[in-house]
Amino acid sequence: MAQYGPPQTVSQLEKTAKELRRDVIRMLYEAKSGHPGGSLSAADIVAALYFRVMRHDPQNPSWEKRDRFIMSKGHAVPIVYAAMAGTGYFPKEELLTLRKLNSRLQGHPSAKDLPGIEASTGSLGQGLSIGLGMALGLRMDGSDSRVFVILGDGEIEEGQVWEAAMAAAHFKTENLIAILDRNRYQLDGSTDEIMNVCPVVDKWKAFGWRVLDIDGHSMHQVVHALEAAKEQTGRPTVIVAKTTKGKGVSFMENDNEYHGKAPSKDEMERALAELS
Amino acid sequence: MARPLGMATRQAYGKALVEIGKLHPNVVVLDADLSKSTMTKDFAKAYPDRFFNVGIAEANLVGVASGLATTGKIPFASSFACFLMCKGFDQLRLGVAYAENNVKIVVSHGGISIGEDGVSQMSVEDVALACELPKMVVMVPSDEHCTYQAIRAAVEHKGPVFVRTGRAKAPLVYDAPPADFAIGKAITVREGKDVTVIANGMLVGPALDAAESLAEQGVSVRVLDMHTVKPLDEEAVVKAAKETKGIVVAEEHLVHGGLGSAVAQVTARMHPARIEFVAIQDTYAESATGEELMAKYGLSEPDVIAAIRRILA
Ligand SMILES: Cc1ncc(C[n+]2csc(CCOP(=O)(O)OP(=O)(O)O)c2C)c(N)n1
Ligand SMILES: [Mg+2]
Repeated sequence: MAQYGPPQTVSQLEKTAKELRRDVIRMLYEAKSGHPGGSLSAADIVAALYFRVMRHDPQNPSWEKRDRFIMSKGHAVPIVYAAMAGTGYFPKEELLTLRKLNSRLQGHPSAKDLPGIEASTGSLGQGLSIGLGMALGLRMDGSDSRVFVILGDGEIEEGQVWEAAMAAAHFKTENLIAILDRNRYQLDGSTDEIMNVCPVVDKWKAFGWRVLDIDGHSMHQVVHALEAAKEQTGRPTVIVAKTTKGKGVSFMENDNEYHGKAPSKDEMERALAELS
Repeated sequence: MARPLGMATRQAYGKALVEIGKLHPNVVVLDADLSKSTMTKDFAKAYPDRFFNVGIAEANLVGVASGLATTGKIPFASSFACFLMCKGFDQLRLGVAYAENNVKIVVSHGGISIGEDGVSQMSVEDVALACELPKMVVMVPSDEHCTYQAIRAAVEHKGPVFVRTGRAKAPLVYDAPPADFAIGKAITVREGKDVTVIANGMLVGPALDAAESLAEQGVSVRVLDMHTVKPLDEEAVVKAAKETKGIVVAEEHLVHGGLGSAVAQVTARMHPARIEFVAIQDTYAESATGEELMAKYGLSEPDVIAAIRRILA
């Protein structure tokens, strides 16, 4: 496992993302439940945030100057746990306690249980409002910390997301950065089929946000967009990251059966082989 | 000795809906991107023109259901208990309860027996919330057969109805749909004269198990399946208060605001009785298997036995 240290280069991050994906597969196999699809689609973004872009100190999770991170689509928390273990928030062995009795690694993020988790999520639609509150509070204190929020493309069907979007533009929180994991699937099926969320880019623009439209699996584009998002433009920024649900494991890619199904032993072994 | 498990009550709901769909062309079903979990997917497949998936938008779900009801449709709206009740509560209040619209709210994933997903997906307060809506009928069926009857009764009843179902397989209480099922009428699933256990949902099975275990020790326990929390069967509660030494209320819900509170109110008013509560105390649960959580949070057979013993002590 790459050790947390100086910000990683794009090619290091690509390797790291693969390792995080492997951790996710192992964790979910061990837990026997959980959500692989949305964890894997967000892996490159999460790797770039934790190993390069975010200012944070795994030894001191409540460091005042840290950037804040919220996994608003809380079911994808395994990829966050993998990044946290990889950067040293807790020992890697603890990853295998996911979803087990008395574990700090709850099935959905629990701020009460695990230092470094900034907000308890899992009821979709709430993270952007919480992030907006953090962004406002940090600005009041003269802090230059940023707030990063990962949203699901099914999640943005919740009205609350757009209440927060409108307010963030109104309050000009340029320190708020949303990343939309645009994997085109929700729980019951594809977003096109269940609830059409198009046109995504135009919606955010109409709500007053700066929009960066990228390939969420091109590490080069991910890093570039996240760094560009830190520029002070007087507006909040959303990165619309086109992704593939289940990315990296061929039989999980775009097969929404794996939205919320843990891999069997055989599937785990095949997945790990593909990710090696 | 644990009873055999039947299907999950959410599954029984899915099956019942398809049957009801055939009998009642006015029945329409709505879901919020959880049709594979609430089991409305079966209805969606059978009657695609009468099914609306509104996406991940529970407030909209309830609002649309109330609008459909005004056109003479009988909408069944489903999602997880926590999301529908918490995000849809204002819409339930004005558009369903106050308007007295003929909307059926059937939620899944009630309680903590859902297990590993943890607190954000668990509902420990939905029954209390539903009871706070005037005129809302509130049912928590115990097993697949009881659920079937609850859904049949819901469609016949004119006015708002709430039914809570669960994710986990439910212990079988009946061998067939109970013929004496009626909204607001407890079913005596076991006669007894020392203590009465009033239970609903996932706790009826453990209550019966506890009664069986104690029978071997000479204690006679009556068990009521109180599938309807509102309107409560006051007569059955008063009878229990009069005829037995005390009442244990057992439910997969926070101790405040659910069946326990309803029973305590009736006894306080009509026939004060000694009551013990088997319920979740003032806390949220966590991630683990459903069985581990039911044990850790005091919702299993030994907890019912201990409560009965406290009454007899
Ligand atoms: C308020 C709420 N409603 C429903 C759910 C159940 N749920 C969990 S994941 C999911 C689909 C999410 O889709 P998306 O946001 O696109 O996530 P991804 O595709 O990245 O997994 C749903 C409906 C939930 N967690 N919260
Ligand atoms: Mg998605």
